[in-house]
Amino acid sequence: MKQKLKSYNSQTYLAYALIAPAALYIVLIVAWPLLETIRLSFTNSSLAGEDYVGFENYQKMLSSKKFNGIVTRTFVWMFFSVSLKLIIGLIGAVLLNANLKGRSIFRVLVMPPWVVPIAIGMLGWLWLYNGYFGIIAGVGMRTGILDGPFGFLAYKQSAFISTIIADVWVGTPMVTVFFLAAMQGVPRDLYEAAYCDGASRWDRFFKITLPQITPVIITMSLLSAIWTFNSFEIIWILTEGGPRGATTTLIIDTYKQALGNYKFGRGAARAVVVMILLTLFAGFYLALLARINKKISHE
Amino acid sequence: MDKYNLYEKIILYLGILVFMTFILLPFVEMFYASLRPLDHLFRSPYQFYSDDLSFWAYREMWKTVPMLPRYIFNSFFLASVTSLITLLFVIPAAYSYARFKFPFKNSSLYILLAINMFSGAVLLIPLYKVLRTFGLLNTYQAMIVPGVAFLIPTAIWLLKSYFEKIPIDLEEAAFVDGASRVQILRHIIAPLSTPGLVVVGIYAFIGSYAQQFLFAITFNQKKEYMPIPSGLYEFIGYTTVKWNEMMAASLVGIAPVLIIFLFLQKYIVAGLTSGAVKN
Repeated sequence: MKQKLKSYNSQTYLAYALIAPAALYIVLIVAWPLLETIRLSFTNSSLAGEDYVGFENYQKMLSSKKFNGIVTRTFVWMFFSVSLKLIIGLIGAVLLNANLKGRSIFRVLVMPPWVVPIAIGMLGWLWLYNGYFGIIAGVGMRTGILDGPFGFLAYKQSAFISTIIADVWVGTPMVTVFFLAAMQGVPRDLYEAAYCDGASRWDRFFKITLPQITPVIITMSLLSAIWTFNSFEIIWILTEGGPRGATTTLIIDTYKQALGNYKFGRGAARAVVVMILLTLFAGFYLALLARINKKISHE
Repeated sequence: MDKYNLYEKIILYLGILVFMTFILLPFVEMFYASLRPLDHLFRSPYQFYSDDLSFWAYREMWKTVPMLPRYIFNSFFLASVTSLITLLFVIPAAYSYARFKFPFKNSSLYILLAINMFSGAVLLIPLYKVLRTFGLLNTYQAMIVPGVAFLIPTAIWLLKSYFEKIPIDLEEAAFVDGASRVQILRHIIAPLSTPGLVVVGIYAFIGSYAQQFLFAITFNQKKEYMPIPSGLYEFIGYTTVKWNEMMAASLVGIAPVLIIFLFLQKYIVAGLTSGAVKN
C-alpha cells in the first residue's frame, strides 16, 4: 500500500504534463516576445520591413538628452507615487483597523479604485481636473486660492503632480488592504502583554505593529514600485505624456515610439531598457522573498 | 484596550472621512455629474448645487453612442472568454503545483511571479507583430490571447493555495480503494474546490475586464469589437464632451464588476492577501 501511495504522489512526468499547457502558453505569449523585443532592438523595424542596424538604436537613444530626461523623470515620478501610496496606505490601514463602528463597510468602500477598470476611473479624474468646470478648480476659485480657471493637466508641473495623485488613487487601495491583512495577523497577546505593561497606543504601534508588519511593508514597496514603473493607462488617458513631454515616463515613451510612430526598432530598444530595470526590481523582490521565507521557516 | 475616548474617536472618524473622500470622490462626482443637465455642468466656477437632477442622461446616452450596448456586450464577452480559457490552463497546472514534488518546482513558481511584473506595455511591440502575422489584429482574439497570458501567473498562485487546503488523505484513501485519477478528480477534487474555482474565475474576470483597454487601443481599431472602456471615449470628440452621459455610461460600465466584487470581496481579498501576508 505504501508503494502504491508513493506512486500516487511522485509522478514527475504527470506533474510536468499538467503544467505543460500553461507553461507553453506563457513561453509563446510572454517569453518569446521578450526575446523578440531584444532582437528587434538591433533592427530598424517598421511597418515597411526591417534591417539589422547593430547598436544604432541604443546609441541614438542614450546620446539624446531627451531620453536621459525621461529616465530621471520616470524615477522621480515613481518615487513620489510609491512613497505616497505607502504612507497613505499605512494610515488608511491603521484607520480601518481601529475598532470603530462601521469599519467593515469602510473596508469594502476602499476597494473600488482597485477593482474598476483604470480607463474608466480616469474619466472621473479627467472631470475632477477640468480647469473650468471641475470641482477642484471650483473649490480653488471659490476659496480664492485660484484667481481663475486652471487646467491642472495643461501645465507641466501641475500635470506631473496630477498624474501622480491619480496613480496614488489607483494604487492605494491594494496597499491598504495588504497592510490591513498584515495588521490583523499580528498575534493579539503581544498587544495584551504590552497593554498590561502600560505601553501607550503610540508605543504599541511603533514597537509591535510596525516591526511585525515590516516584511509586508517591504514586499509592498517593491511590488508597488514595479506596478508604478509599469503604469501606462493613467498617464496615457490623462495627458498622453504631455504637456510638452512633462509626464512622459519610460513606458509612455516606449509606447509612443513603437505604436504611435510604428518605429518598432526604436521602441524595442526602449523596451529593453524597461526590461533590464524590471529584471533588477524582480531580482530584488524574489531575493527578498526567499530571505523572508527562510527566516520564517527558521523560527 | 480597544476602547477609545471621545477625543480619539473624533480624530479617527475625521481621518476616515478624509481618506474615504480621497478614495470615493471621483465616483461620487461621476454619479453627481451623471444626474445633472449639461448646462449646469458647464458653469464656471463649479456649482455645488443643482435643483434639476434626473436620470435623463441614462436614457439619452444610448442615442448619443448607438453602439453602447454592443460595447457592454463586448466587455462581458471578452472578460468571460478570457477568464474561462485562463481557468482551463490554470486548473491542471495549479493542481500539479499543489500536489506533486518535482525538480524546478519552486524556481518555476518564482518565475511565474516575475512574469507578472512585465506588464503588457513592454511586450506590445512583438505581440503586435505576431498578431499582425497571424491576421488577428482587429478581432476578439487580439484582446483575448494576450489577456490570458497575463492572468495565468497570479491565477496559478491563487488556485494552488485552494488545492493545498483539500486534505490529501481523501485522495489517497480513494486511490488505495482503486479509484482512477480521473474518478478522483471528478468526485473528490472538483466538488471540494468549487469555491476556489469561483474565486479564481472572478479574479480573472475582473482582471480581464480591467486590462481590456490597453489591448483594445493597441490591437483593435474596429468598433464592433471594442470593449466599454475604449468605447466610452466616443462621448469625447463631438463638438462638446457630453460629460453627464459619459459618466452615466461609465457607471453602467463598472456596475457589473462592482456588484460581483461586493458579493465576493471577502474571498478574493483573503485569497490574494494570504500568500503575501504569510510570507
